[in-house]
Amino acid sequence: MMRFFKKLLGKGKRNYPDFWMAYAKGFDLALPDTLNDIRFVVFDTETTGLDIKKDRILSIGALSLQNNTITVNQGFEVYLYQHFYHAENIAVHGILEEESKPRITELEAIQLSLAFLGNSVLVAHHAGFDRAMIDQALQRHGLPKLKNRFLDTSALYKRTLIASPLLQKQEHYSLDELAEKFDIPTTDRHTALGDAYITAIAFLKILGKLERKRNFSVKGLLR
Amino acid sequence: MKNTISARVADFLKAYPPFNEMHPKDLDALSQEVSILYKTKGSVIFEEDGQPHEHFYIIHKGAVVLRKSSKDDIIDLCDEGDIFGLRPLMANENYKLGAKAYEESILYAVPISTFRPYTQKYEGVANFLIESFASNTRNPYSKSYKGKLLGESPALQPQIDKGLLDLQHVNYSKKLVTSPKNTSVKNIALAMTKRKVGAMLIVENGLPVGIITDKDIRNKIATGIHPITAEAKEVMSAPVITYPKKMTIAQAQMAMMKNGISHLCLTEDGTPNTAVLGMLSKHDVMLELGNNPAVLMKAIKRAGKFKDIKLIRQRVTGLLKGYLDQNIPLTLTSKVISELNDACIKQVIEISLKSIENQPPVKFAWLAMGSQGRSEQLLHTDQDNALIFENVHEKKLQQIRAYFLKFSKAVNKGLKTIGYEYCPAEMMASNPEWCLSLSEWKERVSYWITNPGPEEVLLSAIFFDYNLSFGDITLVNELTAHIFKETEKYPIFFLHLAGGALQNPSPTGFFRSFLVEEDGAHKDFFDVKRRALMPLIDGARVLTLSHQIKSINNTAERFERLAELEPNNEVLFSACSYATKALLKFRTKQGLSHNDSGRFITLDTLTKEEKIKLKRTFKTIKELQELIKFRFKVTAI
Repeated sequence: MMRFFKKLLGKGKRNYPDFWMAYAKGFDLALPDTLNDIRFVVFDTETTGLDIKKDRILSIGALSLQNNTITVNQGFEVYLYQHFYHAENIAVHGILEEESKPRITELEAIQLSLAFLGNSVLVAHHAGFDRAMIDQALQRHGLPKLKNRFLDTSALYKRTLIASPLLQKQEHYSLDELAEKFDIPTTDRHTALGDAYITAIAFLKILGKLERKRNFSVKGLLR
Repeated sequence: MKNTISARVADFLKAYPPFNEMHPKDLDALSQEVSILYKTKGSVIFEEDGQPHEHFYIIHKGAVVLRKSSKDDIIDLCDEGDIFGLRPLMANENYKLGAKAYEESILYAVPISTFRPYTQKYEGVANFLIESFASNTRNPYSKSYKGKLLGESPALQPQIDKGLLDLQHVNYSKKLVTSPKNTSVKNIALAMTKRKVGAMLIVENGLPVGIITDKDIRNKIATGIHPITAEAKEVMSAPVITYPKKMTIAQAQMAMMKNGISHLCLTEDGTPNTAVLGMLSKHDVMLELGNNPAVLMKAIKRAGKFKDIKLIRQRVTGLLKGYLDQNIPLTLTSKVISELNDACIKQVIEISLKSIENQPPVKFAWLAMGSQGRSEQLLHTDQDNALIFENVHEKKLQQIRAYFLKFSKAVNKGLKTIGYEYCPAEMMASNPEWCLSLSEWKERVSYWITNPGPEEVLLSAIFFDYNLSFGDITLVNELTAHIFKETEKYPIFFLHLAGGALQNPSPTGFFRSFLVEEDGAHKDFFDVKRRALMPLIDGARVLTLSHQIKSINNTAERFERLAELEPNNEVLFSACSYATKALLKFRTKQGLSHNDSGRFITLDTLTKEEKIKLKRTFKTIKELQELIKFRFKVTAI
């Protein structure tokens, strides 16, 4: 009762912009219950650093995946204006402020991203971090958190490993380790869309393995 | 919108016809419309007689098999960069063949509506299509497969039969090995040895003026007619016999026979007055003609890239199928195939050694474990391997191990490329647990032998079938001697090893029906490996180890040796040896027909005769298990 009341109040208290309302409306529909009908969006953010509060998003890359198929022209790649710049990250990501890529503001990036994401299931490597970065950006513009379901390829990969006393599982598996295990070329590593692509292929291969396991269910996957 | 992914797609496509004919701008535009498909092994891409899709496909990674169900023949096996499913789209008809992923594959799907305009814009693209439809191959310029995949076995034979195969254009080697006229014979011989070729072309201004073959060196230098310091022009055979590059296999064979030579020089217009395009040796012709162990062995040793070996291994599989179809005794079959597999692994290691910056700092031995170590690996399965290196000073241990880990990583990757999947339990030399110095290994096995818990027994069972693949045998022998010394001190280890061997329940259940798997992906399948082969393999291991025999790893051979050692059990052990071979053959046949490890069998697909045969082996297994139980007094645990 209280929660319902709060929700009512919350809704009344704030007027969110139209693009948010359109995004939120997408979640009125339940997710399809067969794997091939679910739209996944695999994404990656390149950031100025690992501090969720202080650091900012440099670029977002995302691609849409449905029925084991990636449609190339539905790739999504945006670069953001930066006001403060951590020099040490440039070495990792190779994104230079002066680079000629067209840039947009954070708010524009949010609008475009939300429109692209829709009610898809989001997939990212170490998804918690990318999610937190986007949620922070949303918060800066007075918006609530992302409403999508999230899947983390690092955690999913661990589920594919055999249960054997002889195999010591690692706590985390890096994207490079996954690329190596699955033989995915790492040509465009450290560009947001390039990493998203590597993550997408890894995700497909993981799904292929998980589907063969007993007790596999779409519900279990999304839980 | 051009993006990182479409750029990557374009980058891939531009290397393959007909896309190589297209202007980069057009290719970029085309690449943006591509979809990327992931297909698990065995999944259907399109069905025979199915409605054509809006896309045709290019293989980015993996392989796709095209089949006609009425004949159940493999019509074509497409590899990376090959196009398929295009013709029905151009002709507006249903698919004539069915397509399935032969391996886990990534495909690029190109929309026909986007592609069609380019067939008019570019003559090269149009020509490619005409030629490919006319010749009925997916890629008329392709060097791969045609005539290679096809061995003696009719099942792998595509629609073109042997007679037509002779009329195929030959693939000649385009990497020319040439020298100027004044090079000394010694240097020429050195270069030929290094490049592993049988002939050196002597050129002047890009034109062929002479040729020196192995035979010339034997006939003219070794006989003392010319000194080793002689110049090429004194020794070479001239003029060179030249031919145009468009030759069929039959023409090439005729040309060699007619002139009594083993190397043909191919030039632009077929005369010695135009530039050399390539060389064609008798070996190349042999390679085209089919699979035989000697040719394959030579091809393996010549392979310079992992990918080359992968292709050869597909032909080894063709050979294996041929042997099984012709009912050649399994002992011989498995010897030949194991030798070839072994050579593949050796070559992978050789290639890795060449590509790594520094040569190994100390001696090492690369061990194959599990089925590979027992020479029982006929099909492509997972890789299990380990590495021993010489004892080094403690201070250097870290550094030396780091070197071998890096090296092993390259080898493991190479083995994966040629078809050995990574071991799911990471029993591979690139895992620090399986890359140890000799004294570390001794410590490890001593621990296993003195603390035989279930895990240790399992590890020893896998490890103790080790076999040297490459490197220094003395390291291996020392480790073996150590194992025997330890087991003699702690005979209780055998009891536990025997206990492990009895773990897998007897394959027949109540009412003599088959025990099938109760859950998991293989529910209601019969697990021929776990239920039938493992008890035999485990039994043979513990019995031979207790006899202090390590030189024999093969299970069937182990039983044969046991039959000699224990005349009173000769009948049982001979039966075990026979059962092992029969089951292995059974598994291999199953695996070949399903393109998997052959481990799980659907009982419904077996004929009555096959079922009876299987059951007969079970009786032997049961007797063996009784013997082990009694001998090692396993009930005591």
